[in-house]
Amino acid sequence: MADGIKDKVAIIGMGCTKFGELWNKGADDLMVEALDEALQDSGIDAKDIEMAWMGVCFDEVNVGKSAIPMSRALKLPFIPVSRVENFCASGTESFRGAAYAVASGACDIALAMGVEKLKDTGYGGLPDFGQAMGTLNRMILPNITAPGAFAMMATRYFSKYGLTREEGKETLAKISAKSHANGAKNPKAHLRKEVTVEKILKAPMIAEPLGLFDCCGVSDGAACAIVTTPEIAKKLKGEDFLKVKALQIAATSGEELMYKDWDGTYVMTTRAASKRAYKEAGVTNPREEISMMELHDCFSITELATFEDLQISPVGKAKEDIDAGFYNLDGQIPSQPDGGLKCFGHPIGASGIRMIYECYLQSLQRAGDRQIKNPGLALTHNLGGFPAMSVCSVSIFGT
Amino acid sequence: MVGITSYGAYVPWNRLQRKSIFQAMGWYAPFTYGVAKGEKAICNYDEDSLSMAVNAGMNCVNGLDTSKIGCLNLASTTLPYDERMNASIVATALDLKPEVCAADITGGLKSGTTAMIGAIDSVKAGSSESALVCMTDSRLGKPGSAYEHIFGDAAASFLIGSEDVIAEFKGSYSISCDFADLRRANGDSFVRNWEERWIRDEGISKVIPQAIMGAATKYGIQPSEISKICIGLPSNMSAMGKKIMIEPEKFQDPMVGVIGDCGAALAGIMLVAALEDAAPGDKIVVVSFGSGADVLLFEVTDAIKSLSARKAVKACLANRKELDSYEKYTTWRNISPLEVGIRAEAPAPTALTALWRDKGAILGLVGSECTECGTRQYPPQRICVNPACKTQDKMKPYRFSDKKGKLFTFTGDNLAFSYDPPSIYGLVDMDEGGRLWMDFTDVAIKDMIVDMDVEFSFRRKYLDPGRGVAGYTWKAVPASVAKEVE
Repeated sequence: MADGIKDKVAIIGMGCTKFGELWNKGADDLMVEALDEALQDSGIDAKDIEMAWMGVCFDEVNVGKSAIPMSRALKLPFIPVSRVENFCASGTESFRGAAYAVASGACDIALAMGVEKLKDTGYGGLPDFGQAMGTLNRMILPNITAPGAFAMMATRYFSKYGLTREEGKETLAKISAKSHANGAKNPKAHLRKEVTVEKILKAPMIAEPLGLFDCCGVSDGAACAIVTTPEIAKKLKGEDFLKVKALQIAATSGEELMYKDWDGTYVMTTRAASKRAYKEAGVTNPREEISMMELHDCFSITELATFEDLQISPVGKAKEDIDAGFYNLDGQIPSQPDGGLKCFGHPIGASGIRMIYECYLQSLQRAGDRQIKNPGLALTHNLGGFPAMSVCSVSIFGT
Repeated sequence: MVGITSYGAYVPWNRLQRKSIFQAMGWYAPFTYGVAKGEKAICNYDEDSLSMAVNAGMNCVNGLDTSKIGCLNLASTTLPYDERMNASIVATALDLKPEVCAADITGGLKSGTTAMIGAIDSVKAGSSESALVCMTDSRLGKPGSAYEHIFGDAAASFLIGSEDVIAEFKGSYSISCDFADLRRANGDSFVRNWEERWIRDEGISKVIPQAIMGAATKYGIQPSEISKICIGLPSNMSAMGKKIMIEPEKFQDPMVGVIGDCGAALAGIMLVAALEDAAPGDKIVVVSFGSGADVLLFEVTDAIKSLSARKAVKACLANRKELDSYEKYTTWRNISPLEVGIRAEAPAPTALTALWRDKGAILGLVGSECTECGTRQYPPQRICVNPACKTQDKMKPYRFSDKKGKLFTFTGDNLAFSYDPPSIYGLVDMDEGGRLWMDFTDVAIKDMIVDMDVEFSFRRKYLDPGRGVAGYTWKAVPASVAKEVE
């Protein structure tokens, strides 16, 4: 039985651009800027990078296919570079490639980059899915968008747990209000305004019952991590680095959409990936042992379901913790201290690494105005696809 | 004995009040005031003559054995494809066996009855044990014309066979002539006409009596024996009664005030309505008009009492929603352009190879049933999705389109492009097993309730005019309340 990658990989440098509608920056600009910050942070030179991974989802918008857009933009000297894609979980997928390379001994230092340039489409929201889910799915799946596919989970959740539409929407609004409060403190965030619950409830409907403020920002941005072994990290950085405690991914078997057991109120892949991640990290009581989380809050309902799927809030009872401020910046487990997808923004391929970036800053006490007290184990949750057909990664980090 | 063994109808949910047409266009065409009465059935944004034909066909064969159908005649003047057999799309959508002689019968308004004569001849000749006829039309009158008021959209379908015949075919009589009252050249969207008075005096008033008297003479029938006459014209023809010696009350209502002139389907939908009220022994005459005339004679048998409940004209008329806007009609029918936005401007290409490979799943809503554990799944799988089974390659086809289910969850999506926002979709848990992720149609978001009963309706999923492709699929609709054929 393999023992996983706990404590086998260390992050010695990270970079993250400002996220937002960066009309005058292309994917190459964003990758150059993210790498600059990570190199300065790590103290290594670009030529020390032996292998690299790039995560990008909508390659047809600006970036282009393959690893070549990155190897050319960063002038990587003919080293192994791979482009990976796993819908919105592409960032963590990129990180996984680099982490496994180091853990396996294939190389000493690897780069994981995530980038997305969404604002070249000419319209709001994500690019049209077109053939993105395959030729058959295009002809048999309904006319879906991401907000609609996640809204279906809210409809079912409200129905199963007896929340009226108003109660349900108010609970979701509190989640978004919390992330806006955190995002306002983050100079790199896309959306930096605090928003009241009342304003959130009055926002235009995007996909019933999710309104505008239940949806995350659609942004451009890049984030990257330089990883190495803990031994090398110690030599380069002393104690100023973060270790990977767990890194798990789960992809659907198709049961949710084709078999009736799934009740539509949670995400099966999150439950599967987090169970394995807790085991890999040696976490037995997540509610007590996790100190902060960066969750894939593409929509408010996703964050609510994730509180339960990660075994932090009891199933069906996340509302009580949300009402009590448990996930606020000054709560027991701050969730989305950097504003999350909701306010930091969601350049698809970059988001998984941006989450790790916040865990890194908080763990190394570099988070400024939004620094949490006594950071311990930090968790990221990066979800691709829709609740009914998803791929999910759960990672845990610690010093 | 050969004749009709089952029937079905389909009338779209949306009914446009003719006064709303007059309110919009009366300033230009005050003479249309006289026809601006009642309502007309119009296709939803996702319907066309082909999708209506499939729904009428399903309403006709639902619950019956379709394995003996060897002939499918599809009649219409408004089929989506000039080259690519529309009837073959209908056959696939209805999950008929591939060994079917399918044909599009088109060109004139009598094509509906001509298709029926052909189907009957096919069964009589022994070429097929059973034959299906679908008649459908969705014609456009130009804004400012009387035809814009008169035309309505609907479809009718008949199953022809020699067992359990409910209306025996007694014979037909046809006239074909180039009486060019109405016409559409290749590529025309709208119907053009010659003067109405000429059509009435030289066409209808002469050709129809000639055909009816010809049939009566040929088969030795006295007009007094006739119980019901269905003349496929959009006005009450009882004034013709004297000429052909049939009492006014025997003329079947063409339902122009509630459906409209549904072209090639008009005589057919009148026959369906007549059969719904018919008693054994009734003699029914069906007459169509357009580039000639067909006359068909039927005699209702005792078997009509034992035909299982059909979704026919009564059920269709009961399922209606008043469309509140003339502009929605002109937009959906592409009479007025619409800013669809960049998101919808360039649809992804349709892989016709994939459509061929997966035709059953895409057009027929056919999934698979695991013969090991019984799990029904969609789309068809090689390996069973049941986590406790996972048996490979032990599947048999399983058709979902004629089954019912319950709404598991849903949304109304304002971001997705729709001609009738929001785009409503949700998961459906099937009563007899299986879960489907479906678009919903013919429903308002306020009427979507978790656990409500749903069934399916065949629809056009998308149109890609740049590449000449119309994509079809089944969508979910609220289940109709029980409708008995009394």
